[in-house]
Amino acid sequence: MQLEILSAVQLGAMIAKREVSCREVSKYFLDRVHQFDSIVSAMVNVFDEATVMEQADQVDSRILGGEKLSPLAGLPITIKDVLCLEGLPTTCSSKMLQNFRPPYNATSVQRLIDAGMIVLGKTNMDEFAMGSSTENSAFFPSRNPWALDRTPGGSSGGSAVTVAAGMSPLSIGSDTGGSVRQPAAFCGVCGLKPTYGLVSRFGLIAFASSLDQVGPFAHHVEDLAAVLQVIAGHDPRDSTSLNVAIPDLTSGLNAPLKGLRVGVVREHQDHPALDPEISKAVQATQKLLQSLGATIEEVHLPNSRHSVATYYVIAPCEASSNLARYEAAHYGYRARMTTEASSKSSTSGRNPLEEMMVVSRSQGLGEEVKRRIMLGTFALSAGYSDAYYKQALKVRRLIANDYQQAFQKVDVLLGPAFPTPAFRLGEKIDDPVQMYLGDQFTVEANLAGIPAMSLPAGFTRDGLPLAIQLQAPQLQEARLLNVGHQLQRAGLFEPKIAGLV
Amino acid sequence: MNVSREDILKVASLSKLELAEAEFEVVASKFRNVLAFVEQLNEVDTTGVEEMAHPVDVHTVTRSDTLQESLDHDVALSNAPKSDGEFFLVPPVLG
Amino acid sequence: MNQTPYRLVVGLEVHVQLSTETKLFCGCSTTFGAPPNTQVCPVCLGLPGSLPVLNEKAVQLAIRTGLALNCKIAEVTKWDRKNYFYPDLPKGYQISQFDQPICGEGYLDFPDPDAPETTQRVRLIRAHLEEDAGKSMHDEVHGRADSKIDLNRTGTPLLEIVSFPDLTSAAAAKAYLTELRLLLTYLGVSDCNMQEGSLRADANVNLHIPVDGNDIATPIVEVKNLNSFRAVERAIQYEAGRQFELWKQTGKTIKDAPKQTRGWDDEAGVTKAQREKEESADYRYFPDPDLVPLRVTEAMLSQQKVVLGESPSAARNRLQVNLGLKPYDADVIVSQGQSMVAYFDGVVAGGADPKRSSNWIQQDVMRTLKENDLSVEQFPISAARLSELLRAIDASVVDNTRGKSIFQYLLEHDATIPDAMAALGIVQVDSSEIETLCKELIDENPKVIAEARAGNAKALGSLIGAARKKNANADAKVVRELLQKMIDAM
Ligand SMILES: [Mg+2]
Ligand SMILES: [Zn+2]
Repeated sequence: MQLEILSAVQLGAMIAKREVSCREVSKYFLDRVHQFDSIVSAMVNVFDEATVMEQADQVDSRILGGEKLSPLAGLPITIKDVLCLEGLPTTCSSKMLQNFRPPYNATSVQRLIDAGMIVLGKTNMDEFAMGSSTENSAFFPSRNPWALDRTPGGSSGGSAVTVAAGMSPLSIGSDTGGSVRQPAAFCGVCGLKPTYGLVSRFGLIAFASSLDQVGPFAHHVEDLAAVLQVIAGHDPRDSTSLNVAIPDLTSGLNAPLKGLRVGVVREHQDHPALDPEISKAVQATQKLLQSLGATIEEVHLPNSRHSVATYYVIAPCEASSNLARYEAAHYGYRARMTTEASSKSSTSGRNPLEEMMVVSRSQGLGEEVKRRIMLGTFALSAGYSDAYYKQALKVRRLIANDYQQAFQKVDVLLGPAFPTPAFRLGEKIDDPVQMYLGDQFTVEANLAGIPAMSLPAGFTRDGLPLAIQLQAPQLQEARLLNVGHQLQRAGLFEPKIAGLV
Repeated sequence: MNVSREDILKVASLSKLELAEAEFEVVASKFRNVLAFVEQLNEVDTTGVEEMAHPVDVHTVTRSDTLQESLDHDVALSNAPKSDGEFFLVPPVLG
Repeated sequence: MNQTPYRLVVGLEVHVQLSTETKLFCGCSTTFGAPPNTQVCPVCLGLPGSLPVLNEKAVQLAIRTGLALNCKIAEVTKWDRKNYFYPDLPKGYQISQFDQPICGEGYLDFPDPDAPETTQRVRLIRAHLEEDAGKSMHDEVHGRADSKIDLNRTGTPLLEIVSFPDLTSAAAAKAYLTELRLLLTYLGVSDCNMQEGSLRADANVNLHIPVDGNDIATPIVEVKNLNSFRAVERAIQYEAGRQFELWKQTGKTIKDAPKQTRGWDDEAGVTKAQREKEESADYRYFPDPDLVPLRVTEAMLSQQKVVLGESPSAARNRLQVNLGLKPYDADVIVSQGQSMVAYFDGVVAGGADPKRSSNWIQQDVMRTLKENDLSVEQFPISAARLSELLRAIDASVVDNTRGKSIFQYLLEHDATIPDAMAALGIVQVDSSEIETLCKELIDENPKVIAEARAGNAKALGSLIGAARKKNANADAKVVRELLQKMIDAM
């Protein structure tokens, strides 16, 4: 039986009814990890089989004992290596944290474990979540299972790949400027970035604290809802966590869309960089929504054209400070100070302590990360902070205001997730501005703190996944999931596993 | 704005990073390109606009002054690149 | 007062450790003296993924202090990151407050060291909350061995109280600090233990030198590492002399040099230039995205107003105006702390004369406390009991000497005054008995009486001992007065 094509919710029900054991399911997916990871390089660290089976057996015996567990109990999941997990290193795909073992689990991870889910391992990513291709991993680039010479997107590329290749039915990643939605789009799976503050950031290694959110990957919209139901909710260990009641996210999935007001953003749809096939996919989705009873309206986000620049000031500023802790004093990579290095300290004018910090950071962090740290340092430094950092915070307000205005007219926004299908490995890595411009449709949701979801929408003529994006007002995840689920049922996409054999 | 070699070296120093001579020009040109790109923000009229540091309106979050368990001593030091079992060790400030 | 050819200008930045159980942003203990790196958690170790959550008690104590310092309390306050690298600062930034401190401008009046009956006022710029750094121990001898880092102190809540440069002498700086410390202990917001680093001061010092009718200001120097009140006083004095000499040599003014940081070497008694960091003062402050703004409500303010209590200056004033103590005596009692004032109030409330109460407390009570290293809370004689004793003396039931014996007895026995008197064999003697006694003395000592009548005031003294031999309970004062009366009537 092909378990990877079932929805996680279905599979979970089968486990609960003991039609299949958690041990069998875990073994099935772990075998697929072992079978395909050498091809796609999605995983940084995988639990050994004994550890996974021990977890699985525990869940099986709880089910056998008649315990009522969560609908996701017994299901395997992979976790982006930006989320702290005991038992394996948590590396952020950085040499700096290659051997870092956190003495605690991230809140979101703990909630998954408490729900009886089986963690298979940690997925590859752009170093410290900085990138859109997973090529910035210090270890190895991951590959798109639909076209191995192409990137899976990023930064949560490894997570998207494990789901797309059927190595895991579910995964969680983090999204600071599109890092869940864009790799989901590239790999032909569903990805959700919740409202800022809905999922705890405790244990999520920070890139840009005011933009970071944890979000799920799956083949089915109902599975996104099920995972979000588990990980969402107030956490007293995160001061920015929203203290709101979490509604039942699955009960409204089947609500009809009649009367739904859908906005299409003119600035996105007319964007010169938008690939025609993606533009067509958006239009097709628009028609499908109309056929389901929704009305379409055109809306404007006039400050949209500044969103990438705004993002690439705010995110590096926060990152420059967040990554200051990697100073090789209490954890992380410390450069071996050779006699050469210490003699260098006399020429650099640095004392041995500074020399150790500077050399360790310079060796332990990758180029993209270092350049973003420097950009943020510059934009926060005396004399420049007003023109860069503070100005960006003001433009951010204008962008958020645009969204507020748009959502007075419509319930959800429909548009592209990314201007193009998956690009080739190495294609953009030397031109950061070109790379950053790709994020133009995704960063706005992070700047405004709203939920956004990317859904598969067919394939290009070349067989690459196409995707659309839906956005909703803050805390309207249920509405977003309802629309997505209805689109899936109406045939916007058919969950497909990338064939690697 | 024009970012000089000295500006870039100063930013690197503030960031506790160093740029090898061989990579300097590549890094510097990417740095300058990105900076030139984000300078478009100066065109936006933001008179009277309030800065937005947080995307959601949350305020006054506190915890009670109640002791929580600290980490076991050996766990606290377990990731240290160098320690004597009691302290974290770093190279001297003088030297 | 020695005249200097300049005016000294001093502002103080005082870091006070607030009396919380736990750290500012995590639940680790703030207790001093634990083994290194045992009071640490992911948050204060700055481990990746950890997040700060604000301690409400620290906010309460900051508000209480701000109210007592006459500060404007902010309606909205927020948290900023001060970025700099140092291994005792594990996150690479300190969480502090930059442009919206919890306490705005205020002031503190303190006893003028040159004119004890009046006060001076120092205006305060602000007081803000921030987290402390850890402790690094360096190899002082060779500077070659690794430095040791202990992060137990990392994250301890500090209130940084910044004054305007209103202090005009080293003595005034010390007097301000003394008053501030006393106030903070009255408020119960800090133990202000300088040995344990609970109160630390940095001084900004420069000189205004009148030249041709204009004031010339010397460059401002921030003196760090002032770990005692004496160090504050000595360092400021030293720095004034040094700056004046330097100005005479170089003529450099505030316009010629940026603010310099110097450290105080207590042993050598000098300030020493500290190595300038190349990126000094570019802290790249920005709002901490991991923390949210704090709104200070009316309820939070009134909660603290209720527990403010009497300030030292109000207590001094009350003891002088309401109870008639001299400023010096009022200050001695108030300086002992709030419990001593409460003890004094208890004695007076029991009906004892305030001045007599003040004398006994300053002499007998405080001496006993000091000799036995006790706090007033541990003192064995309750305020009510001491009051009873002093009333007996006021009423001449016992004399002062006998009173001291009773006091000694009460230190070791829980007894009423009559019981103590009985135990010590002290009996109040009635006046007819004394009269008989005095007549006997006059009859038996004609020589002494003659001397006394001749005007030798000391002569009568020799009869007191004789009187005591006849009746141990005879009050010396009463005997002397009666003898004098009888002699005068002769
Ligand atoms: Mg400070
Ligand atoms: Zn802690």
